[in-house]
This record gives sequence, C-alpha cells and structure tokens, in this order.
Amino acid sequence: MLTIHCPCCGVTAEETEFHAHGEAHLKRFGPGSSEDEFEGYLFMRKNPKGVHFERWRHQYGCGKWFHVARCTMTLEVFGSYSAQTTEPPQEIMDIIHDRRPDTAAGPAR
Amino acid sequence: MSTRLATGGRLLNTAKPLNFTFNGKQLRGYEGDTLASALLANDQMLMGRSFKYHRPRGVVAAGPEEPNALVNLGSEGRFEPNQRVTTTELFDGLEAASQNHWPSLEFDVGAINTHLSRFLPAGFYYKMFMYPRSFWKHVYEPFIRHSAGLGKAPKARDADTYEHFHAFCDVLIVGGGVAGLEAARTAGRSGARVLLLEQTNHFGGRAPVDGGTVDGKPVDKFVEEILAELSEMENVQLRLRTMGAGVYDHGYVLGYEQLTDHVPENAGPRHRLWRIRAGHVITATGAIERPLSFAGNDIPGVMLAGAMRDYLVNFGVSVGDRTVLVTNNDNAYLTAIALKHAGLDVPAILDARVLPQDSELVAQARALGIRILMGHAISAVKGGKRVTGIAICSQAGEGAVLEEIACDAVAMSGGWSPVVHLWSHCGGKLRWDSKRACFSPDVDNPPKGADGVGFVTTAGAASGMFPLDDVLHDAHAAADGVMTTLGFKLPRDISPPNAARREEAPMAPVWMMPHGAGAKLREKTWLDYQNDVKVSDVRLAAQEGFVSVEHAKRYTTLGMATDQGKLSNINGLATLAGALDAEIPTVGTTTFRPPYHPISMGAIGGGARGATFQPLRRTPMHDWHDANGAIWEPVGQWRRTYAYTRGLESTHDAVMREVKNVRENLGLLDASTLGKIIVKGPDAGRFLDMLYTNMMSTLKPGKCRYGLMCNENGFLIDDGVVARIDEDTWLCHTTTGGAESIHAHMEEWLQTEWWDWQVYVANVTEQYAQIAVVGPNARQALERLGGMDVSKETLGFMDWADGTLGGFNCRVYRISFSGELSYEIAVDASHGQALWDALMAVGADLGVMPYGTEALHILRAEKGFIMIGDESDGTVIPQDLGLSWAISKKKDDYLGKRAQARSHMADPERWQLVGLETTDGSTLPDGAYAVGEGTNDNGQRNTVGRVTSTYHSPNLGKGIAMGLVHHGPDRMGEVLSFPGVDGKVYEARIVDPVFYDKDGEKQNV
Repeated sequence: MLTIHCPCCGVTAEETEFHAHGEAHLKRFGPGSSEDEFEGYLFMRKNPKGVHFERWRHQYGCGKWFHVARCTMTLEVFGSYSAQTTEPPQEIMDIIHDRRPDTAAGPAR
Repeated sequence: MSTRLATGGRLLNTAKPLNFTFNGKQLRGYEGDTLASALLANDQMLMGRSFKYHRPRGVVAAGPEEPNALVNLGSEGRFEPNQRVTTTELFDGLEAASQNHWPSLEFDVGAINTHLSRFLPAGFYYKMFMYPRSFWKHVYEPFIRHSAGLGKAPKARDADTYEHFHAFCDVLIVGGGVAGLEAARTAGRSGARVLLLEQTNHFGGRAPVDGGTVDGKPVDKFVEEILAELSEMENVQLRLRTMGAGVYDHGYVLGYEQLTDHVPENAGPRHRLWRIRAGHVITATGAIERPLSFAGNDIPGVMLAGAMRDYLVNFGVSVGDRTVLVTNNDNAYLTAIALKHAGLDVPAILDARVLPQDSELVAQARALGIRILMGHAISAVKGGKRVTGIAICSQAGEGAVLEEIACDAVAMSGGWSPVVHLWSHCGGKLRWDSKRACFSPDVDNPPKGADGVGFVTTAGAASGMFPLDDVLHDAHAAADGVMTTLGFKLPRDISPPNAARREEAPMAPVWMMPHGAGAKLREKTWLDYQNDVKVSDVRLAAQEGFVSVEHAKRYTTLGMATDQGKLSNINGLATLAGALDAEIPTVGTTTFRPPYHPISMGAIGGGARGATFQPLRRTPMHDWHDANGAIWEPVGQWRRTYAYTRGLESTHDAVMREVKNVRENLGLLDASTLGKIIVKGPDAGRFLDMLYTNMMSTLKPGKCRYGLMCNENGFLIDDGVVARIDEDTWLCHTTTGGAESIHAHMEEWLQTEWWDWQVYVANVTEQYAQIAVVGPNARQALERLGGMDVSKETLGFMDWADGTLGGFNCRVYRISFSGELSYEIAVDASHGQALWDALMAVGADLGVMPYGTEALHILRAEKGFIMIGDESDGTVIPQDLGLSWAISKKKDDYLGKRAQARSHMADPERWQLVGLETTDGSTLPDGAYAVGEGTNDNGQRNTVGRVTSTYHSPNLGKGIAMGLVHHGPDRMGEVLSFPGVDGKVYEARIVDPVFYDKDGEKQNV
C-alpha cells in the first residue's frame, strides 16, 4: 500500500485514503472533434512500465484532486502537484530527470 | 517410541501439568509445550493423513514450516481447521482432532490411493476427468471432493473478536532470535523508535538449542542479558507471539499477533492485525532446514535434524530410542551429539559427503563412539505408520542395499535455506549462493520505498550467514547501516559481540539420495509432503514440457499447499533443474507472496463485522418507520422502507394497498435519501448546461425542470429534478444512490477541467428531511396544516416556493414521480419527524398511509417513468429511452454529446423503450429476454429485447412492464415471446409505456 502526499491539504497518508483515476493531462475533445481524436481522449491510455503521471483524489480526506508522478515499476513517488495544470511543473520534471537520467519521460502523447 | 525424558526441556514448566485431548483420547503435557511436543511426549507420532494418497504422516518440523501435522482445533464457535501442531501452544482443555481420514486415523480406506499411486501421477486429474463432459458435475467432482481436502470448514459463527492496530516506527525488526535482538540493541542505542516482532512465545530463536558461547558466556545467558538491556530502552518495543506476515509497498508491514490462542479463557480479542508503517524493515527471520530426498522420507519418524534437536532440548522429548542421522552438512551432527548426551542410541550417521579429514563436529561425534559412514546414503526407509529401519547404500550409486539397520527414527538434514520471504514480498531479488546451496538476498536489489531507496535489510541467517559469530556480526552491521541511512547517530564505542567460532567442513548439495536413484525409488521420494508431490512427479512435469518453474509448480501442485512449500520449494526446483539439465539459478524460484504463514480471516476482518461492517445511514424518520411495520431495503448505505406491513399482512399485500391508496387517497413517502446538491456561482448555469443534457441556465427562479446526466461515454448516469433557487443558485436532486457519486462527478469536472469557472458545489443531502405528500387529497392535507398558498394558481406543476406549513419553515416543490397531485416538502432534518407526525395527524380522515419504495416503483412504472438502474444499466443512452425531448438541440456541448454522435450510438438498430403487457394479465419475469427469429453462432435463439422493469399493477389489475426492444416503438401491438427461467413462455404485447393517465391530468389539478 502506497503512501501518498496530498498537495491540497498537506497530508501524507495511506493509499486507502485516496483514489487513483488513471492518466493525467488528458486533453478533452468534445463535439466537432474527429473520430480519432475522440477515441484517443475517451479510450487510449498509456500504461508505462516506469515513469507515469496520474490523477488522484483525496477521497476520504479533503476531497481535492491532484496529480502524482511516480514509477509504476519500483513504486517510487517523484512528487504530487496541483491538478489545475496542463503539464507537470518544472520542479517535478527536475526530480524525474535527476532520478531517471536515461528516461525521456514526460506526459507528451 | 517417542517419549518424555526424565531431564531437559528448557522451555517447560514441569510444575504445571496440562490436560488435553487428541481424537478424544485424554493426554497430558506441560506448560511450555507445543501441541507437537506434547503429542510426541505421549508417543503420538502418527498425526494425520496426507492430502492425495492418505499416507500416514507424523510431524517433521518444529516450527511454522511443518507440512504434515495439521489438526482441527476446538469446537463449535472456536472450531478451526488446518492448525499446525508445531505452532499451537498447549493449554489446559485443548481439543485436537486429526484430519483427512475415513473412518479413522489408524485405519483409512483412502490409503488405497498409495497403492494406486502409479495411476495418479502429476496432472492425473487434468488428463483423466476431461470426458465425457457431463460426468464432471455428477461423477468426477463429487468423488474428488470426497477424497481430497484437509480440514473441515467451520460451521458455527466465530465466537471470538478481532482487532486492527496501527503502529509506526523508525525500524521494524522481524524475528526475535539472536540476530533480531542484536539488531534491536544496535538500533535502540540510536534513540530511534524500534519495534521487534517474534512469532513464537520466547526470544532467542534456535541459537540456545544449538549452543555455543558469546563473549565467553553461554548463548542462553547472552540472550538474557540482551533482553535486560532492551527492557531498559523506552524507545524499543518487543512483541512475542506476533509474526511479521507480509511486507508491502513503502514500508507497510502486516503483523499478526495471537493474543488468546494459548489462554482461551482470557477476555479480549483473539488476534490482532498490526498495520505497521516502518521507516526501515530488518528481517532477522532465520533459516529453515531442508529435507533430503530419499525413498520413504515421509514415513512417521523421519524428521528434520534441527527439529529433533528442538524437541530434545526445548521440550525434553525423545523422538525415538534409536535414531539414524543422514546429512550433507556438519550442522546436523549437533543432533547426533545431543541425542548421545541425552543417553539415546545413534546407531549410525550417514554422511553423503566424503571429507578429507574430520571437522570439529565430526570428530566430536566419532569421539562419542558413533559409527560414521561417509559417502553413504539411505536407499529406503522401512516401516508403515512408523519407521522400523533403514537400508543403507552408497550415495554415488543407484541404491543397491549394503546393509540394513533397525531404528525407530531418522534425523535428516539437506542444509539450510534462509527465510527470504519477507525480503521478496515487495520485490527484493535473490541470488544463488552455490557455496551454501541456497538462495539468499541480492543486497544490490532490495525492495524500494517511496524515495526509491531500499527499505528492507536482512540480518543473520536470513542473509545466508549461518555460524553464530557471522550471524551476530551481520545483524550488528545491518542495524548500524540502517541507522546511518535513516540519519540516526550511534555511539562510537560499540562493537558487535563475538561468538566462539567452530571450524566447519563445507556442505555438499544433495538433491537426490542416492544420486542415481531409479524410477522405483523416485516414486517413493517425497518433495512436498502436504500436497503429496514426489520427485517422479516433478520429473514427469519436466518431461511433459512444463519447463518454467511457475508452470511445473501448478501442474504438480508443488508448494501450493498451506505451507506454501517452505520445505519443498528448493528441493523441487533443484529436481526440476536436474530433470532439465539446467543450473538452479536459471530455473529460478516461484514468487513469494504474503502472508508468510496463514493468518486468520478474523484478523483480516478485524472489528468490521456485523453492525460495524459499514456505517448505516438512517433518515430522520427511521425510527418511526421501524415502529410502523417497515420492511427494510438497503439502498447503498441507507435503509429505506420497502413497504409498511400491517399485522399479519404479507409484504405483497401491503405494497398493493399502498399503491391503490396513493391513487385514491393520500400517501406519504420518506424521500429524504434523494440527493440534494447546491450548485452556486456566476458560472453555475453554464456548468449545469455542461452536466445536464438539457438546458438549465434558462430555468427561471421558482421553477423546476427534470434533467438527465450522462458521462463522457454518452451513457445515462443519473436523473432528477433541478430547481433554480435564485440568480446564481440551483438545487439539483439526484437519485438516492447517486448523491455522493454525482457530487464527486461535479467536483471532478470543476477541479480538473473547468478550474477557472466560478462555481461552488455542496452536497446538502443530509441537511434536509424531505417528504412526498402524494394523492388526490394532498392539497387538502397541506391546507389543513396552513401557512402558505399551495393552490394550483400560486404553486403550479413544476413550481417551488419557500414558506411555512403548520409552523414549519419549509420549501415545497410541486413535482411528481407518481403522476398524482404531489408536493415534496423539504424541512431542516431535525424537523422531519415532527412534520411527518403533523401530516399523519391532519391526514387521518383523508385516508393517509405511508408508502415504501416498492409502491413508488409501481406508481412510476404505471406512468412510464424510467428508473436509473432499471431502465439504465451503464450501456443505455437517453435516446434509447424516448427521452430525446430532454436533450437540448441548442447547446454546442454537454458531457456525452460527442459520444452520442458516434455511429453505434446513433444507430437506428438500438433497442428502444416500450411498454409490455402480458396477454393473460400475468407478470413478466424480471430481466427476461424476448426471442426472435433464428439462432446465433452459438446455436442460441436470437434475442430482440429484454424486460427492464416489471410489476403487478393493482390499479390496472394486470402485469405491466417496460423493456428495450429492437425497433420497439415501430412495433406497437406486436406480441413477443419471453421464455422464463421457470420453463414457461410469457407472451407480451408491445404497448405505450405510459399505462395510466396518459394525458397527465391527475398531476396537473
């Protein structure tokens, strides 16, 4: 069971207090989008073995959404950050580059 | 025979004898005994029958690795199967019974299987019971179920209680042997919070049994001193009878404490599950001795050499009068020496090795006059329910018998395997140590924590260090290293204790005894005692192509029993490697999964049982319903009234009465559970336009509108009435089950997509009690309460207004889910019961009756109103339900709009909502499918529709239903066939889904 840090209320707690909701930084496609764009938005998810950016919610705490960057293989957590952003903040990317120098990991699609 | 010796038994309190029973027989032991030692002291070597062949089996080990001696313990609410005698502490009045035999332990009919074993090899069941297919259910499975299996399942409700306990520490040490204690002392000196768990009821592990000296003192004395020192450290906590069960992500560890198993008369919980978060975990879990693979190695009386030493030293029990020792290492000589010192006979030591010169222990044994046969092995063990002798052969050969020796016990040792389970649970890797012939932790690949740094370190024998001096030094260094990593400061002048070293000859790996054993011997050579897997089975698996260790395991069931292969895994995979002509490390190990040793289901559940399993939500009027005949229905965590029964009235009759009364007089419904969500802010209208399929921003204050909500897939997820309270405030009603999820859905979109929109959302469901006042007399009842104008002119259909009724401040919504004249009245939750009482009083001569959820369902079905969860199931879009009128054509976007434009969603072939009316007035079975022409690829009849809701309508006097039907709305009047699971075929006509008051006149008065 992971320990997760909520950047909204500042609590670090057991995973059971939170809920994971899959890949972060998706771009919404609505009416007028092509079939491919909409399919990608609705169904296509990355499932990397390694660095991953995820949406989490502090379900049984403050109720807020946030993002977590972590390694799906070693379960290492690089950091939590606000959900009100379209890309990971620089300090999170710096930590990842520091710890995974050979990974060109980013949330780019 | 096995017996209690006159002297010895360091763990016994002979001043306190205890009585217990085994298979009804009265026996005696002492305080400090395990059930295993007490049974052996009473010459009860035969303790159970094996799983597959029903072979007689005795105890083979002395700890949790024991595969054979499992018993049923206790009775009634304290009955528990598959309990290991080696880990069960004796107490006065203990009742044990052996398992898996019929009619008795001594005489078991199933033992015939052992003579049929040639016909029951690995994979037998898979190969044999394939055909004919129909035989499986009625012939094969009942037969296999009868003959296989271990203990009985408990029938009574568990009489005990259990609990969870959360704990936090800087360093968790698992294992209270000398390595764990030394690690605890080192870590404790730094001031860190240290927690040490020991699975048995005593500290020191097996070092005091094996003897030796530490800093010039006997090991016993060393353990005493270190415990005294630890008890002075306030930052160090030691727990006995607590097993480290599993290591999980980020330093999460489960501990399993047995509180009252040994003192069942004590009050309090029986087991406690420790949920520990540790900064670092040190596993000082020791090592487990391996059996040797020779023919007849499962006959009662054949035992691990270390276990025999444990019984002798710890419990003063002699397993046999004449014991032959068979070994491939020096350590086992300790057993022969200890037996000899206890005055018992050791006719021979068979050492598979050929040593150039005697090592220290070999010389000691020789000096005691024991006959030592180097390079020799056991060809076969003689005996049935007890060892009677052995046949000797040379290890290098094929098993030609050189000599036979009479004996009643055999002590065997194939070397030791570090207990690496906890290291491996969370991803720690292993490496093959060819010198000691064991897998030991690969320190370069530990399990990693949240920071990417290893969080488990092994200490002592668990690291693969076996001599006492190495164990202590390794434990000291492990703790020292961990404390430094964690940033704690250690006193400088502390050095590890030093143990006297003994010069030992290296062990020699021996995977088959004798080396060239033929098929006949291999068929009698057991690897996994508990699942009856033999060397011949593993070789057969390899021969049949199960070359991966994980496949071979599942094909043969090696290591799949309740002991999870603690004794058999290494021997099994070495055998597999041999059969494949591969190196052991390339074959690899199977995956180690928690728990290390079985833990009780009770402990996992903890206090979450019965009424405390989950919280129960009650409406403000709950107690009134309960006192007035409520039949309860769980709806999520809520309890809602299904119907109110009167006297001896059946539930069905009550429902029919309630439905009729609502149409004819006056009904009250507790609608408090319906979700109520306030949406407020300058962008609230724009937000609701995105959430609902219809337009909410254009709703006028004072008005209500029915709305539908879809997810991005386009599927209908919720519905309800939305009221506009003021310029920037809306109140959204949701379904009972949807309140929390829809609130979360709103928050998700506001926080993760439209975070710049100024909207605030609050779930106020529990702040209000809400009562639906329904029926032709509804207005009259409210007028009797008085206070606000509820006339048609002032408060029309789909209007709402704030005011007072009978002195209650309330909000009245003129909405109807029944098609009747209906008001939903919301008051502060604390006034709910008083308003309910007032309505019951004023309605007394208006025919008022409360009604429940089933009446609500029938009333809405009579009107053709959909119900989320009945007409919708996560694959239905509003367009399927004839609800296109509630989908705005003007809006550019709403959640689900793009998805509803996908080809499959816009497909005219989708099943559509219709009403269904049986031709004979009966009620359609729920969920029934309508069959059409032809069959599908599987030879099943094609389906053209299904029933989504079905009821008997007392107002119409017949069965009514709704369903989704292919081209349904275009097929009015057509009759469909619905085969029921009862074998009958129901005929139903497609009709309009509105069965009652088609023009809606009744609600609009």
